[in-house]
Amino acid sequence: MDNRYRLRKRPQSEKLVDSGFKTLALSLASVVALILVAILIVVFQGGLPSMLRYGWEFLITSNWNPVDDEYGAGAAIYGTLVTSILSLFIAVPLGIGTAIFITENIIPEKLRNFIGLMVELLAAIPSVVLGLWAIFVMEPFIRPGLELLYNYFGWFPLFSSSPMGPGTLPAVLILVVMILPIITAITRDSLQQVPQQLTQAAYGIGTTRWGAIINVTLPAAISGIVGGVMLALGRAMGETMAVTMIIGNSNNFSFSLLAPGNTISAMLANQFGEADGSQVSSLMYAAFVLIIMTLAVNIFAQLLVKRLSLKY
Amino acid sequence: MKKNNPGLITRKAELSYKPNITRNLGNRLMTGLAGLFSAIAVLPLILVLGYVLIKGASKISIDLFTQLPPPPGLEGGGIGNAIIGTLVVTFIAALFAIPVGVGGGIYLAEYSRSDWFAQFIRFGTNVLAGVPSIIAGVFIYGTLVTTKLLFGNSYSAVAGGLALSILMIPTIIKTTDEGLKLVPDDLRRGALGVGASRFITITRITVPTAFTPIATGVVLAVARAAGETAPLIFTALFSSYWANLLSVDGLFSSIATLSVLIYNFSIMPLEVQNELAWAASFVLVALILSLNLFARWLGRFASR
Amino acid sequence: MTKESADKQQSTAENIAVSMQNVTISYGKSAAVRDVFCEISTGKVTAFIGPSGCGKSTLLRSINRMNDLIEGCTLKGRVLFDGVDLYDATVDPVEVRRRIGMVFQQPNPFPKSIYENVAFGARINGYTGNMDELVERSLRQAAVWDECKDKLKDSGCSLSGGQQQRLCIARTIATQPEVILMDEPCSALDPISTLKIEETMHELKKSFTIVIVTHNMQQAVRVSDETAFFNAETVENRSGKVGYLVEFNDTQSIFNSPQQQATQDYVSGRFG
Repeated sequence: MDNRYRLRKRPQSEKLVDSGFKTLALSLASVVALILVAILIVVFQGGLPSMLRYGWEFLITSNWNPVDDEYGAGAAIYGTLVTSILSLFIAVPLGIGTAIFITENIIPEKLRNFIGLMVELLAAIPSVVLGLWAIFVMEPFIRPGLELLYNYFGWFPLFSSSPMGPGTLPAVLILVVMILPIITAITRDSLQQVPQQLTQAAYGIGTTRWGAIINVTLPAAISGIVGGVMLALGRAMGETMAVTMIIGNSNNFSFSLLAPGNTISAMLANQFGEADGSQVSSLMYAAFVLIIMTLAVNIFAQLLVKRLSLKY
Repeated sequence: MKKNNPGLITRKAELSYKPNITRNLGNRLMTGLAGLFSAIAVLPLILVLGYVLIKGASKISIDLFTQLPPPPGLEGGGIGNAIIGTLVVTFIAALFAIPVGVGGGIYLAEYSRSDWFAQFIRFGTNVLAGVPSIIAGVFIYGTLVTTKLLFGNSYSAVAGGLALSILMIPTIIKTTDEGLKLVPDDLRRGALGVGASRFITITRITVPTAFTPIATGVVLAVARAAGETAPLIFTALFSSYWANLLSVDGLFSSIATLSVLIYNFSIMPLEVQNELAWAASFVLVALILSLNLFARWLGRFASR
Repeated sequence: MTKESADKQQSTAENIAVSMQNVTISYGKSAAVRDVFCEISTGKVTAFIGPSGCGKSTLLRSINRMNDLIEGCTLKGRVLFDGVDLYDATVDPVEVRRRIGMVFQQPNPFPKSIYENVAFGARINGYTGNMDELVERSLRQAAVWDECKDKLKDSGCSLSGGQQQRLCIARTIATQPEVILMDEPCSALDPISTLKIEETMHELKKSFTIVIVTHNMQQAVRVSDETAFFNAETVENRSGKVGYLVEFNDTQSIFNSPQQQATQDYVSGRFG
């Protein structure tokens, strides 16, 4: 037998490296959990003074006044909910329609891939660049339309203020631009995963293209689509930069979509840098509320996908 | 023939395509609608890139890359310090995020396959991925900046990098995990079969095989981090000066970045600053898009 | 194949449900099956048999325009049904599929209730009669009513493989097509389910014309009245094969006194 390959026992050092590496990898994996827990603790602790001072009222009063040292995050919470939900109303049909358009063979494949690529690249554009674009390009462009809304529908509470630039509706629109790629991508993946046999069965019965889509393909893909929509909702609620640049950062509450508004994340971005004392604590309280909201939506999204996909 | 088979079904329905019956009209309507929606979906990208190109590219000059931003009211200047700053902060973020992400992904895929710990960490990763970016900034602010934990410094590039790494880690863990799962078990068994230890198998066989998906994930995470603003505005803050990279001190003080510059300058009512914001957008978008296209190219490289 | 075999069927136009004339089907540039002359008789079961790769399924799917769903698939020649060339530009494939139904190789019930599976097709075809009655009738004709009648609201996917396939047959019958195409309907099923479905076919041929593709020669003998034997040959300069129709006759002749050597070899098990 070749002397060089004498059987030897594994040296202690090699075994040490083996277990050491495993421990290292384990600790690195645990970092995720540590960070999560740490975030919750730090933010909670920071907000505790405010929580003790205001209790639940914090969530519904909209009097946010650093000067008087009185804080109520109602307007910001309302703004977060309104902007994200409204943006979903617009983005979901757009996203699903686009996804269907690029998965069916209505247009040549190269064109489909091109559109898909465009939508993916949109996701890569930084939030702050979109905010810049919103301020200088989008908002001035839609202003005439907004003024029309005010002039003709000013009696309706949603349009009851004169548009002056930054406002809630422009913020909703820029949110649509930001969550559209998520919805389109996830819907497209879900549609592509529907087994061909199923769609063929539908066609075999004599359905038209849209008959098959609406009656068979979409219902089969629904779990993935809903998961994607929930993820988009979470993303919309947490979106900061573009929103803060175009929403107007008003501490006052207004029903009007044409008026400046606020969201929790915009408020944080705006005020954290220069805040101190009890303002910081109130901001932390608001941040904690935001964390809980986005957490809830994300966890719900994951559970929903699991539950719905079991049925099919 | 009907006499032999009296029960035979026959119909005399027309076989031609009738464009005006309800179902066909409905189909054409829906197709048109879907096409319209797709056009609307593609529009913002074209408009945004178009404006960034037009308004930003026109300001490209040597000055842009070598000068500091001008004080308010003055003309000229550039964004040189911000470009360097973005590179520095992103580099620091990658320095933390890559080991944690890849290492964590390795543990999940190689050691902990599907037991409770792996499920727990995967769940936590998904949750962390959904945490708003501003919260990462708030967190680092609360732990490092206010407490001046980092050797007595408050705002610093390192703090900014750490905040960014929180956003990068979930992506890198996920892509590493998925990439390693794709490596066939036979390969691992082959390595173990010739007497390689777990460590050797993982580092010399499995991870190199999964190199492309892991690398793609890293590049995409870096691209995303480069464009983030919210985590930086109260960790790395901003600076109007060149970062002093020759001393360690430089890394521990506030630093300019493209994203924060764009934010600050676009809300100023000064035209010079606004234009610099467009120019910075151009540079930033160019950087991010090239990273994305690079990741795509890497991806194609893998499909042998 | 040969026009002579086609001419042998001295039937009048009314006895022919589907007539394929000089049909060549290609995926992209490569032909999958070429120059087919075949006439499917009304009210009978016609079987397509032959080794793998000879284009039987492709040919079957061309009859109800299912190949339209595959990008790059083209057909030359004519497929005549009810006096109309099905591949004429003015023809609506949706209409074709309402009159020519299909049962697939893998059972593929919709993720809906058993009742809805059967009712769906009828509904989109504008059926205005008593739906309950139609559902029951179709399930009975497919010999699956007894197993389903107490759980019509349950999901179609909760049935066993053989039951699912009979549900798919019921679903196809419910739209009252004139022709039913079956693409290896029993190949994914156990022998007992297979037998049940073959029995069903004997009943079904009283009301429908049936064309079945099968790998199982005994099955072809058991169920079909006429059989078409296909074979495949390699093509120079190209990988893969192209299929062609070798012989078409009534089943007894094909199996007991075939005229082509290839047919004789195949049915006696020498290849395939």
